Order: sequence, then C-alpha cells, then structure tokens
Amino acid sequence: MNKAKSFIDYSKTVLSIRGLRKSFDDFHVLRGVDLDLFQGENLVVLGRSGTGKSVLIKIIAGLLKADEGTINVLSREVSRLTPRELDELRLKIGFSFQNSALYDSMTVRENLEFPLTRHIKSLSRAQVNQEVDSVLEAVGLAQTASQMPSQLSGGQRKRIGIARTLILKPKIMLYDEPTAGLDPITCIGINNLINEVQEKYHTSSIIITHDLTCAKMTGDRVVMLLEGQFGRQGTFEEVFDTQDERVKSFYDYNFTN
Amino acid sequence: MILNDKNAGRAGSRKHVISGRLDRMFIELSRVFHFLVRFFRELFMPPYEFKEILNQCFEIGVRSLPLISLTGFIMGIVFTNQSRPSLAELGATALLPALIAVAIVRALAPLVTALIATGRVGSNIGAELGSMKVTEQIDALEVSAINPFKYLVVTRVLATTFMIPALTMYTAFVALLGGYVNINQNEQTSFVNYFQQVFEAITFLDIFSSVTKSFIFGFTIGIVGCYKGYNSSKGTEGVGRAANTSVVTSMFLIFIEELLALQVINALRSL
Repeated sequence: MNKAKSFIDYSKTVLSIRGLRKSFDDFHVLRGVDLDLFQGENLVVLGRSGTGKSVLIKIIAGLLKADEGTINVLSREVSRLTPRELDELRLKIGFSFQNSALYDSMTVRENLEFPLTRHIKSLSRAQVNQEVDSVLEAVGLAQTASQMPSQLSGGQRKRIGIARTLILKPKIMLYDEPTAGLDPITCIGINNLINEVQEKYHTSSIIITHDLTCAKMTGDRVVMLLEGQFGRQGTFEEVFDTQDERVKSFYDYNFTN
Repeated sequence: MILNDKNAGRAGSRKHVISGRLDRMFIELSRVFHFLVRFFRELFMPPYEFKEILNQCFEIGVRSLPLISLTGFIMGIVFTNQSRPSLAELGATALLPALIAVAIVRALAPLVTALIATGRVGSNIGAELGSMKVTEQIDALEVSAINPFKYLVVTRVLATTFMIPALTMYTAFVALLGGYVNINQNEQTSFVNYFQQVFEAITFLDIFSSVTKSFIFGFTIGIVGCYKGYNSSKGTEGVGRAANTSVVTSMFLIFIEELLALQVINALRSL
C-alpha cells in the first residue's frame, strides 16, 4: 500500500516532548527524550524490548508520571493538568494496547458503546448503533458485534481495540506494539488499517514497535530509541542507512530471521 | 571463634530479615491507608456511578441468594437439632425457639453470611479486578477518561456494604424457617406460636447490632477484595494470589471484628 502524505502538515506540532526522563528504582529507562509529532503524521518509535517505548506513550497518555521533562499535547502541558483537564485531553487521544485490553465481560458492541455513552450523553440509541456500526465497518469486523472478546482471534481483538479508540474520534493515536504476537499476513492487515485510520480520520499517530515491516509500512518518520534516548531519525531508509552497529544489528536480525 | 562469627552472622541476617518484613508491613499498611482515604474521597465526589452500583448489588446480592438460602436453611435445622438434647436434659425444650432466635440473629446469621460472601463475592472481586489489572483493562478505562477507581472499587465496596446486611437478614429468616421445620417435626409447635416466641426473644439491640456488624463485614469484604485485586501484579499468578488473599484476609478481619463487636455489644447490654 502506497502511503498518501498530502494530509501531513509539518508546520503544526500536535505533540512535543522535551528532556523527558523516567526511572524505575535504579533503572533509568528514558534519559532525556525530545520528540515532535506533526499533524497527520505516523511516527514510528523503534527499539528493543525493555528500552522504554511503551513507558513513553504511557507517560503521554498520563498513565505514568515523568520524573523530569515537559510533555505538550495539543497545546496543553500534561504535568500541569488537573484530573478533569487530563480526562478532557484523554478524549482526544486514542490508546491501542498491546493486548487490546478489551473489557472481557462485555460483547464487542458493548465494548464500543461504553466510552461513547459515557462521554456523549446526548446520543440517541439509533445514533449510538450507527456510530458503532460505522467503526466496526472501518476496521472490517461488522459481523463480530455480538461476540465476546474471548471468541475473537488475536488480529480481530487488535482491530476491535483500535475501533474502540476510534469511536471517540481522537486527534492522536498511540499504538503499543500493534503487530505483536500476530502472523505475518494479519500483521500486514493491521499495518494497512493503521494507514487507513490515518487517512480516514486524519489522526497523528505514534506507533511503538520492534517490527520493521510495520515500521516500513506505516511510518512517515521513524525514530530509534537507543539506551533511553532517541538515536537516528528520518524515513525508514534514512534510519537504517548507517554504520551504527546497534542499528544495523536490529535491522539484520529482523530481516534475516 | 569461627562458631561465634557464624552465630553473629546468623543473628545479623535474622535481624535483617525481621527488619525487612517490618518494612514491608509498614509499606503495605501505608498503601492500605491511602487506598481507604482515596475510597472515601472518591465516594463523595461526582460523578456517581448509580447504574454500576445497582448492577453490582444485583451481582452480589441476588446472585448469592441460592447459596445463602440453602446454607441458612440447613444451618437452622442443624443448630436446632444439636441444641435439643442439651435443653431436653433440663426439661426446657420449650425454650428452643428463643434459643435459636437469639443465636441466629445475634451471631450465626451475620457471621455465616459474611463468611459465605467472602468465599463467593470477595474472591470474585479479587480475581476480577486482578485480571482486569494484568490485562490492562484498568488502564484502558483510565485512558478512556473513565475513573477506574470510582467505576470499579467504589461501586463494589458500596454494593457489598449494603448487600451483606440485607443478605444477613434474609439468612436469619431462612435459618429460623429451618429451625421451625425441625421443631414442628419434633415438638409439633405451630408456625404462629414458633414465630411469636422468636420475636419475644429478640430485642432491638440484637437486630441493630447484627445489622451494624453486617455493614462492617460487607465493607471489609469489598475493600479487601478491591485492594487485593486492584494492586495485583505478576500476571496470572497474581490474579490467583489476589483471589486467595482476598478470602484469607477478609476472613481473618471478620473474626477480629466479630470479637471486637462482641465486646462493644456486651458493654452496651450492661448499661
């Protein structure tokens, strides 16, 4: 799938991080991370397991607190927000979890209705159904509405997880390892879905992954997290056109195994 | 000399282990305290999750009825049957309804209901919240701008706090019915006569203390189950541990509370 980039506006920053640091006890995970996400852009953050990629987006979503640094999301400084303001901001951020995190006591339809009916009380029953059907169609799973999450395959769960975030029409999407644990064909389907979401919903996204195929297919820009800091960044080809052994070995391992 | 060094080393390491355990205990107590403070803070702050509270009341109250009914009825029959010989020796079997009423309303119904609820409800809350925690469902609520503490913890604790007293009263009634079945078979006492003697024997303080204890037991079951589940970790092993420790801790606390309540009620009776 060739990516259309006409909707990326490099003059508008929707998310800006400066000097972000985070430690767990004596383990320094993030050591001064700087990052900008532009309007309509898919930014891929690559890195090995345990390098703090997921920690980074959990800090952006306010699930973890940074030790140091500033995080500006949609012109709002996250650390200075009151709980109510943070909740308002969260409605503009979609978070797709690594294991989908679907509410397992609810059907697919109820999973999608839940955030919608909680936050937009004015919707009629028919409007709620219409919204749910619309996002289910967008992720290509209209037939699963009455199923329980346990009845879905890994790929379907990922798609429903993405659909649940899309129902509130977020401006920023955060994908945590969207292709982890999936077969290569399903991975391509998820990668295409990420691009479709970018195109259809005009979202700006951060995609956390260690899957280079995913990075290549979805990323308008790729940054590599090395030892708690961002190393190389640019297009996929620019990032891997290097003699840096840490980057080369990552590439070689992905494409030779 | 070497032996002395070894003994000194052992004493030192024992001291280290004890101080480590004390540290952990105080850290845990501080976490429990913060959890309680957060519960009371969230309890009075809008939005109020009325729909979810009703849903949990149904899950905890109505779904416990079959087990509570069976247990309460059998408890009434067995207790009456076991009490008869002792009273018969004194020629006082006529006092059986009064004895059953006092024992069931004052002690057995609150305690048995709380213990059954601990096994059925407490473990369920611990496992459910633990599972939600390790599968990131609690984080998913939070990023959807839904307060998970209010939605999951406050609702469940309120539901157990209000449903356990209701279940206790129901258990007492069913157990008294069981007692009646046994007495009717052996002493041919009529239904009206039996319940007349039952209500003559119990006082307002009996019912008040029983209901008050049940509120405390219900709160304990809810808060312990939620605390253990909400703070579980280490994957599926953590879920099992959350369910298990919810039951053990709740039972332990319920017995302590029963003992303390007994002292308070006895003091009130002697006033």
